[in-house]
Amino acid sequence: MPASIAQKDHLIDFTTALGDDSLILGQRLAEWCGKAPLLEEELAIANVALDFLGRAQFFYEYVSELEAGERSADDIVFLRDSREYRNLLIMELPNGDFAFSMARQLMVDTYNVLYLRQLADSSNPRLAAIAAKAVKESRYHLRRSRAWVVRLGDGTEESHARMQAAFDELSGYAQELFAMTAEEVALLGGGVSVDRSALHNAWNQAMAATLTEATLNLFEGDWSILGGRQGVHTEHHGHLLAELQFMQRAYPGLQW
Amino acid sequence: MDPVLPSQRSDRDDDPCHAEVWDLLHRVKDPEIPVLSIVDLGILRDASVVEGKVTVAITPTYSGCPAMVEIRRNIRAVLLDAGFRSIRIETVLHPAWSTDWLTDEARVRLREYGIAPPASTGTAPCLELAADAGCPRCGSENTRVISDFGSTPCKALHKCRACLEPFESFKCI
Repeated sequence: MPASIAQKDHLIDFTTALGDDSLILGQRLAEWCGKAPLLEEELAIANVALDFLGRAQFFYEYVSELEAGERSADDIVFLRDSREYRNLLIMELPNGDFAFSMARQLMVDTYNVLYLRQLADSSNPRLAAIAAKAVKESRYHLRRSRAWVVRLGDGTEESHARMQAAFDELSGYAQELFAMTAEEVALLGGGVSVDRSALHNAWNQAMAATLTEATLNLFEGDWSILGGRQGVHTEHHGHLLAELQFMQRAYPGLQW
Repeated sequence: MDPVLPSQRSDRDDDPCHAEVWDLLHRVKDPEIPVLSIVDLGILRDASVVEGKVTVAITPTYSGCPAMVEIRRNIRAVLLDAGFRSIRIETVLHPAWSTDWLTDEARVRLREYGIAPPASTGTAPCLELAADAGCPRCGSENTRVISDFGSTPCKALHKCRACLEPFESFKCI
């Protein structure tokens, strides 16, 4: 295979994975609609979910263009099975209680601010533009998830216990945020992708600062799980897709 | 196509055809904030006419702003009404939209409409934004943030401690 075609395939896989991260977390957040603990949170979570869905759309539209329209952005979302999705596992975990959702948001928002800031300097202008826009939103998301984690962690006995339990449960999913895939390594030389492994220290430090302020224990990395970027997902992923894709699967080609 | 700031629109006024299109597009309002047009908000990045074919470039305020679908539809409707038949609407993401692009006139109209206008992004974008929003009703600066997010992605919720009225502010981004 000529090198340029291989690079294009890498770019398609890389961009699809970024879209999948945003889409799957956006879909999870949208599940809070009608169930959030208070009205303001209802609005906030829906707004954050929209930002993620918007990013997903930008990434998938770019993939569609790279493929010369072979698949539309909608096809990519609604017609792939779980094994073809490349999102990181942390994005697909069920929402749990509000503490769990905020703990996940803190981990992802902290990661996104670090990651998107780097991707905004990508040699690929399209990815750089999406990232430059998204990083502004993620800074705002982080402000809120950070505030909730501190408030609940340094709150009542009950809220503290729930917050700690959430981070203990999520700790094993942190490693995957920094595990490079083959296509990311291949795209690194040309300055297209971001060296995620190099963000790990900064992420640890930022998380430690917030958890300390929240009077929570730093989580130990005594177990970790990978697989999302290879399409090997948790059992929750299929259930999420079942709801997300139902309409297109039941009525193929249905238009809104 | 180079991005054009709203204030640079006058550069194109020499050409009556361009001026007409900009005037037309000034009629397209934000569906959520009907006192502001897409020109006021800086959503309209460029508009040009070549041999009767119109090309319009717009940029979303937030990545997932649902109003963009409606805005596209309204742009098309206004241009069709004016007799243009070939219309292309592009989405540009660079440079990322900023509330700094709101015109002074737009800020006044926002306040009159009951929404506190955004502060300048300055050196600390987003982090200090909400705390000092002045109440658009009584003008008091004694206000507090209720939620970082409001009824649309671009707004936050506040309450005035002086007149006790709740109000929204345009987030600074």
